[in-house]
Amino acid sequence: MSDVTLHHGAEHAAEPHAHAHHHPFLQHHFEDLGQQHEASTLGMWMFLATEILFFGGFFLAYTVYRNMYPEAWAAGAHHQNWMVGTINTIVLIGSSLSMALAVYGAQTAKRKFTTLMLVLTLLLGGVFLGVKAYEYSIHIEEGLFPGSHFTYVHHADPSLTRGIELFMVFYFGMTGMHALHMVIGFGLLLYFIRRAWRGDFGEEYYSPIEIMGLYWHFVDIVWIFLFPLLYLIHGGA
Amino acid sequence: MTTTTIDEAPFIEPSTTAKRNYINDEYGVMSWLLTRDHKRIAILYMISVTALFFVGGFFAFMMRLELLTPEGDLFTSDTYNKFFTLHGIVMIFFFLIPAIPAVLGNFILPIMLGAKDLAFPRINLLSWYIYMIGAIFGIYVIVTGGVDTGWTFYTPFSTQYSNTHVFATTMGAFITGFSSILTGLNFIVTVHRMRAPGLTWFRLPLFVWSMYATSVVMLLATPVLAITLALLMIERVLSVGIFDPALGGDPLLYQHLFWFYSHPAVYIMILPGMAVISELVAAFTRKKIFGYKFVAFSSLAIAFLGFLVWAHHMFVAGISVYSALVFSFLTMFVAVPSAIKVFNWTATMYKASVSWQTPMLYVLGFIGLFTIGGVTGLFLAALGVDVHVHDSYFVVAHFHYIMVGGTVMAYLGGIHYWWPKITGRMYPEWWARLSALLVFVGFNLTFFPQFLVGYVGMPRRYHAYAPEFQVLNVLSTAGATVLAAGYLLPMIYLAWSLKFGRRAGVNPWGAVGLEWATSSPPPKENFHETPVVTWDAYDYPAFLKAMKETQNV
Amino acid sequence: MAQSHHTTDHSDHVGHAPAHHEASLTAYFVVFFALMVFTVLTVAASRVNLGVWNTPLALAIAVTKAVMVILWFMHVIHSPRMTWIVIISSFLWLGVMFVLIFSDYLTRAFNIF
Ligand SMILES: [Cu+2]
Repeated sequence: MSDVTLHHGAEHAAEPHAHAHHHPFLQHHFEDLGQQHEASTLGMWMFLATEILFFGGFFLAYTVYRNMYPEAWAAGAHHQNWMVGTINTIVLIGSSLSMALAVYGAQTAKRKFTTLMLVLTLLLGGVFLGVKAYEYSIHIEEGLFPGSHFTYVHHADPSLTRGIELFMVFYFGMTGMHALHMVIGFGLLLYFIRRAWRGDFGEEYYSPIEIMGLYWHFVDIVWIFLFPLLYLIHGGA
Repeated sequence: MTTTTIDEAPFIEPSTTAKRNYINDEYGVMSWLLTRDHKRIAILYMISVTALFFVGGFFAFMMRLELLTPEGDLFTSDTYNKFFTLHGIVMIFFFLIPAIPAVLGNFILPIMLGAKDLAFPRINLLSWYIYMIGAIFGIYVIVTGGVDTGWTFYTPFSTQYSNTHVFATTMGAFITGFSSILTGLNFIVTVHRMRAPGLTWFRLPLFVWSMYATSVVMLLATPVLAITLALLMIERVLSVGIFDPALGGDPLLYQHLFWFYSHPAVYIMILPGMAVISELVAAFTRKKIFGYKFVAFSSLAIAFLGFLVWAHHMFVAGISVYSALVFSFLTMFVAVPSAIKVFNWTATMYKASVSWQTPMLYVLGFIGLFTIGGVTGLFLAALGVDVHVHDSYFVVAHFHYIMVGGTVMAYLGGIHYWWPKITGRMYPEWWARLSALLVFVGFNLTFFPQFLVGYVGMPRRYHAYAPEFQVLNVLSTAGATVLAAGYLLPMIYLAWSLKFGRRAGVNPWGAVGLEWATSSPPPKENFHETPVVTWDAYDYPAFLKAMKETQNV
Repeated sequence: MAQSHHTTDHSDHVGHAPAHHEASLTAYFVVFFALMVFTVLTVAASRVNLGVWNTPLALAIAVTKAVMVILWFMHVIHSPRMTWIVIISSFLWLGVMFVLIFSDYLTRAFNIF
């Protein structure tokens, strides 16, 4: 019964530092980079699981009210400019591609390529947020910002006004939460651009950048759902 | 009844034990505030959690004072509303949820796994700072006038009508939630990736299984609280109608989302209690836990089933009758895995030579009180009974039997059990037994009358009541006084023991587990060499053999 | 005892560098192209009135896109079983939340009692 474990023990005793060269980024409480990589990847996935439930709660509330006020929701979606939304979707998916390429570059120790791809990701993310800000400013001008600034009246059917305000709460809330995640992603990108340029990453050690990638792709996925649910639900037009 | 004394403990501290341990490894305030050592972070949590426990306890005591007489003579109803709200918020968010995981779990879990630390030490420290930021919001609210929504922050009162510090309070709860997410994340990854060689899943102590299940709940429920409170804050700041029916919202949606977190949160509080109890039962009966796998899997079953029952808090709130039937039915199911645990602990004690030291006294208290709390929970799960006793003191008594009779008992039992490991000193046994007795008697005297007074119709959350309820309320207040003494006493003798307590050896209880294979207090890296596990959980002969071998070397 | 043969998850990898599965560059570009196609498709579908089917179709496309991002961009297709468990269980929990909450909303109108 204890053969297996005793064998392990012997191995540990005989060569306590089988992982002979200590990589500079190996933290002291891990046995080797493999364990460190697996732990940090799993940790990121766990974090994304909480994010799924976090945004999930938002999507749930959205669904409840959309069921309650379908006409107002469709009217609200009409106020979104679907062309701008489409362009932004393409930009964001493009940034996901460049992020994936950056991870590839880190894995294959292409320092300049990795840095370039990270910078590209940052730029595309910036374009996305810029477009988003432009959209916000138009909504605010139209009096669509919920609360005391909400001056919009739906003339075709004034009874929908209240529901449209609720739609706009979800529009600003969900896209705002998404944008906040992107801003956090910006901070991470800046940090990793510096590290990638410095040449921290290579075949053995690339997990931080891979984890950053997971985060960025997750933010992309949230938008993949937000886009049809906020821009395209007007039931054909 | 035999008593194993410390002198009979089978291990003698090896002479090679280093004089350096995690406490004296470094000195200075910054070495604590910037530490990444899970053991030091556990101590930081212990201090903060204890402080907030007494803050919450203060409000409880003020409420009991007011309820001594039927008239609302001591405080205004507004003040009383703030007291029960702050009591609930402080105790739940700042004490019960972090208490066992962040203090005992943080300290013991990595050692039980034979790991040098948790998988993410920096995140562990971050979680404490996040907790402290949340707590500062809480303290800010307390000193600047309080909040009166009840700990549940029900809308639209919390969003449109209450003119107290709702925003700051919900912000505090929102922030603190992230500290528990990070703790849960750290535990899960550590259990998966950091186990010592030979430590297979079914060799893990039941503490680890329960803590793992707790972490799953923390991870998957807490983000829903975060989004719920975020929506609440948006509604309050913008005056829009997410949950306000007057503006087109639905207050029941708030309750659904809130209880989607807050019922599982009950399991965030009680599963760690069960984790501690499993260890204590094994240690003081010197036996394997009866039906190890059943106890292990029942933790996971509780974690899962706990997510399917939340709307039992909303039976009279206006949810559909069909839905209420489903939730009532599902709620009954959660009792099954909890009962499995109680039966298995009891079966372990059967015909065992139990040593009745303080931690074991808390175990007995836990099993009895948790059973009462659980069974009255079944009363409440039944639709018809719930309609009758909803929002009465019956409910108050029920959840205090689970949370105070269960979790706090287990926490105190665990603190006493691991105190020699944490500090390297024994606590004074006689005083500890006295305080365990005070806690048990005081608790029952406080809360049993509340079952009765609730069943005959006294509603919760009022500062004045009908005169016929007075006798039971006086008993309850008297009990609260005894309980307070029972809680203050350990503060004194545990502090005393830090300097004057007898030095503890490696394994003062003669218990099984990796934490009893390293010195007390443990070195900074937990073990001088990575341990190799060759024994099953609670396998006394195999563990003793392994220990003797390592000490002969 | 059979179980003692399972040592800890990480011990299989002791002494190895992280196992990496360099997804081929082609896969990335194929996925990107597919995502673009689906984006255009979902916009086009929304311009047509399909009655109640507009939303289900939009969601089906969104799910497809999300699955592609998860499998290839996020390397889940090469990831250990544990990653799959984490992802599936988080969506399962989300499903529980939706199903049980809508068990209330969708049955409120039934008033036979
Ligand atoms: Cu409940």
